Amino acid sequence: MTSHTAERPLDLVLVGHGMVGQRFLEAWTEQPGAERWRVTVLAEEPRPAYDRVHLSSLFDGRTPEELTLCPPGFLAEHGIDLRLGDPVTAVDRAARTVTTRSGAELRYDALVLATGSVPFVPPVPGKDAVGCHVYRTVEDLDGIRAGAAEARTADSAGTGTGVVVGGGLLGLEAAGALRAMGLATHVVEFAPRLMAVQVDEGGGELLRRKIEDLGVTVHTAAAASGVATDPDGAVRGLTLSDGRELAADLVVFSAGVRPRDQLARDCGLPVGPRGGIVVDERCRTEDPAVLAIGECAQAADGRVYGLVAPGYQMAETAARELAGRPGSGFTGADTSTKLKLLGVDVASFGDPHGNAEGALDVLYSDSRLGVYRKLVIGTDGALLGGVLVGDTEAYGTLRPLAMAGKPLTTPPEQLVLPAGFAAAGPIALPDDAVLCSCHNVTQGAVRAAVHEQGCESVAAVKKCTRAGTGCGSCLKQLTTVVTEELAASGAEVRTGLCEHFTQSRAELYEVVLVTGITTFSELVDRHGTGEGCDICKPTVASILASLSNGHILDGEQGALQDSNDHFLANLQRNGSYSVVPRVPGGEITPDGLIAIGEVARDFGLYTKITGGQRIDLFGASVDQLPSIWARLVDAGFESGHAYGKALRTVKSCVGETWCRYGVQDSVGLAIELELRYRGLRSPHKLKSAVSGCARECAEAQSKDFGVIATSSGWNLYVGGNGGMTPRHADLLAADLDRETLIRTIDRYLMFYIRTADRLERTSVWLERLDGGLDHLRAVVLDDSLGIAAELDALMARHIDSYQDEWAATLADPDRLRRFASFVNAPGTPDPAVTFVPERGQIRPARPDEDGYVLAAPAPVLVAGPRLEVLVK
Amino acid sequence: MTVEIHDGTRWQPVCALDDLQPGRGVAVLLPDTDTQVALFVDRSGALHAVDNRDPFSGAHVLSRGLIGSREGRPTLASPMYKQTFDLLDGRCLDEDTAPDGTPAVLRRWPVRARAGATRKDRT
Ligand code: SRM
Ligand SMILES: Cc1cc2nc3c(=O)[nH]c(=O)nc-3n(C[C@H](O)[C@H](O)[C@H](O)COP(=O)(O)OP(=O)(O)OC[C@H]3O[C@@H](n4cnc5c(N)ncnc54)[C@H](O)[C@@H]3O)c2cc1C
Ligand code: SF4
Ligand code: FES
Repeated sequence: MTSHTAERPLDLVLVGHGMVGQRFLEAWTEQPGAERWRVTVLAEEPRPAYDRVHLSSLFDGRTPEELTLCPPGFLAEHGIDLRLGDPVTAVDRAARTVTTRSGAELRYDALVLATGSVPFVPPVPGKDAVGCHVYRTVEDLDGIRAGAAEARTADSAGTGTGVVVGGGLLGLEAAGALRAMGLATHVVEFAPRLMAVQVDEGGGELLRRKIEDLGVTVHTAAAASGVATDPDGAVRGLTLSDGRELAADLVVFSAGVRPRDQLARDCGLPVGPRGGIVVDERCRTEDPAVLAIGECAQAADGRVYGLVAPGYQMAETAARELAGRPGSGFTGADTSTKLKLLGVDVASFGDPHGNAEGALDVLYSDSRLGVYRKLVIGTDGALLGGVLVGDTEAYGTLRPLAMAGKPLTTPPEQLVLPAGFAAAGPIALPDDAVLCSCHNVTQGAVRAAVHEQGCESVAAVKKCTRAGTGCGSCLKQLTTVVTEELAASGAEVRTGLCEHFTQSRAELYEVVLVTGITTFSELVDRHGTGEGCDICKPTVASILASLSNGHILDGEQGALQDSNDHFLANLQRNGSYSVVPRVPGGEITPDGLIAIGEVARDFGLYTKITGGQRIDLFGASVDQLPSIWARLVDAGFESGHAYGKALRTVKSCVGETWCRYGVQDSVGLAIELELRYRGLRSPHKLKSAVSGCARECAEAQSKDFGVIATSSGWNLYVGGNGGMTPRHADLLAADLDRETLIRTIDRYLMFYIRTADRLERTSVWLERLDGGLDHLRAVVLDDSLGIAAELDALMARHIDSYQDEWAATLADPDRLRRFASFVNAPGTPDPAVTFVPERGQIRPARPDEDGYVLAAPAPVLVAGPRLEVLVK
Repeated sequence: MTVEIHDGTRWQPVCALDDLQPGRGVAVLLPDTDTQVALFVDRSGALHAVDNRDPFSGAHVLSRGLIGSREGRPTLASPMYKQTFDLLDGRCLDEDTAPDGTPAVLRRWPVRARAGATRKDRT
């Protein structure tokens, strides 16, 4: 290349640009001296490496481009020559050349084989019929999608049927995809249980039940014996070894994979008994110039790994080896897995089958709750492995513990029992335990990142160690360790809100309450430092709003609000907004419904009934918000505060008025509560519900405060939560009369607002509260702190000063000025916010779609024009 | 006082300084292009202009983010997924690359406030 170097550059040829191949390139380019080599990659697939692990997300609307693993510019920057669609057909080891399908012949000094594997298709008659598929590449998925669409249209009921052969990890994933595409789905598994490699019999049984609950039919201990075809050669069904025939329009074979070792076989390199190019710890084959990594290789421990993490470790080993810096080598890897298959949590780690001599099983199974947990304990008391189905909470702690192979300090029974999981608290892990297996990061390395490299947050630790940036299943555990470590390093712990305030939210609330400060500037100048950030600004805005009740857009307060509060609407993925009018208790008149419908139709908005018993209108631009709200306010609606950390909804069931079981007027109470607490700003959003009898149709026990009617009054439940970490509410008081009920809720809410942390829902706050429920009861019912009068007064102030934020905004030209897409072109709709039609309404256009901009509304719309949903 | 942004060729007047609220941004559509710029004035009166496109979501929303500071440097937090950018060099302080693999750096646009005769450059 360069004329002054006499030596010719060394040639490195990589065969296969899959997940492991790409990782190899990344590791290789980081090696000192790598620039002396010329790298050529020969790839069979038509596109650069992509994330095969998340292949199924293509069914959820992701595009192949989003899955790419090869950053733009990466190849050019490192001078790598990637030749797509030109697989290698032969290797000549004596001449050190490879030949490709297009006939090119390339020399190599080092050859790396990363050819992955192929799906195994059992050699049954008809296996190549039209309608038979495998599940490995983007093209395979395209084929399945097209096949499913065809099957649905061909079927008179509009469903169509798909059969997956193979009930392992990939088979279940494929079944999930078929279900998602609306096919009636069957899984046929040869073994007596699903996921035979990972889970044991009990776990497999529970898994089966859960999957059948989802509408997938499971046939275990059944082998596919042939594919039945129509006269035109298309799939008609699958015949089983017991003689049955399952009617099917589509068959997906997912009966395991086989290493792609043909190139190695043809050039005389040894392969393992079950396939896989034999390599040593340093990933070298028998020929020192040839290395093999990933799923095509049989590792030094005699195993062929079908997971990506071991492949990545091999890639790094091989890169170091070729650069002449051999490290520890690859001797084997953890095959623990945690997955969400068709919405069912499954995890297995270590040795899940208890194969070691003398190993004991400790087992807990509750088929009603759908939970199964098994731990395998060795003779010395060490945790060897386990299986978790239905609830995989403990995976993050148990897996590293099993990998470390040290005796348990907690009795294993306690680890499997439901109460034990909560009560046992954090389990001490040894430092050499691997926390993140995607990137092979130990707990020790995470600790070191905190106290040696000075990482002060989970984000910093992720950046510095890469832990948690793969599958993400270790994030919870990582956060715990980082927090503990920060706490342990003493002086460094910040209990404060953020770098600008050393006080917690509750402390700042007290500061504002005592000093009467009304602006952020004054607060940060007197009690904090710097200019603030997206954490403290909205927190302070919320405290100011809880205490002084001014309009949240006025003066400096307007500059503190999260974008949602700033526009009194909810930001959507493409930069447009949604509008949610309040519908107290979910009760709405026909005229109200019509008014909402007319507004949505006139502005061309997408409408949907929410989970909170009201209607959400999506797709508004900031310019449109005032005209939309002018119409809604005219029709008697007010802000639903869907954008604020404030009261959302009080859901109701129809109650005594209509329902034959109801014992109180639940709708009436729900409306009263919603009107009482509307607009109340709080540390996090507040939700409520009122049920008219113990049947609980309003789901009051999943709410921050919930009320259930009894024949003699109302039961008040607090601290419930849906969402990410559901929690059943606790009964605070029973059979209250209406007045006591409302007073108790007033105090409970004000006490929470005063003492909770930023973004802490009542459920978490209650768990954390010293003295728990009893203490709360004493404060709000017996006034044990002597603050009840103050809490009552604060609530009275809120109620008195409540005003509808939207009506007040519309009345004030100054507040309205901010609702412009562009300061220099008001009324011009944002050209980047585009839509396409779907199911008769609009939706945001995806990056690869050619959408259209919604027309700008006329400034005053009385009976606006109808904006049609365009069909392009 | 008129705020002007340099679009690469010339200074473009975009709004009056009074149109800006300290701590809050506005979006600017550069004349004759579809280019969007997010424009802010902070508590000290300094002007900042960066791309309006959020590299993490692809949506043109950064003008609706919150400004603040991190270790003394002025910052902007995206309203979408809350990544924070350094307003002095445009770099994202939380992640180096956007999901599409490009570097997560915002273009900074030269900006100044200009009153009739007196000329005052601020960045
Ligand atoms: C619209 C809606 C979904 C729907 O189509 O039905 C919805 C939509 C959103 N939810 Fe929700 N949630 C909606 C009902 C719920 C419910 C069900 C309910 O309220 O009965 C829950 C579980 C109950 C609960 O909160 O305990 C729920 C649990 C969440 C959570 C998780 C909260 C948690 O404590 O774990 C979030 C995230 C958060 O707030 O931090 C969230 C956040 C969101 C956000 C705000 C996400 C965001 O930041 O963009 C969504 C914005 C909506 C918008 O732009 O208008 N949403 N969300 C529902 C609106 C109800 C309403 O009328 O106000
Ligand atoms: C749907 C699905 C879900 C999965 N889920 C998980 C999971 O949750 N966790 C997990 O750890 N693993 C999972 N896997 C497995 C994971 O994808 C593989 O372990 C990983 O892709 C292996 O990487 P590799 O580079 O060895 O092989 P591959 O990614 O298959 O790459 C090999 C490449 O080499 C090419 N090639 C083959 N022969 C030649 C030739 N002669 N010349 C040129 N190119 C050639 C192939 O076309 C291919 O592009 C999943 C796989 C699938 C299909
Ligand atoms: S669950 Fe809630 S937050 Fe998640 S996508 Fe649905 S509406 Fe959005
Ligand atoms: S274990 Fe997958 S990211 Fe850590």
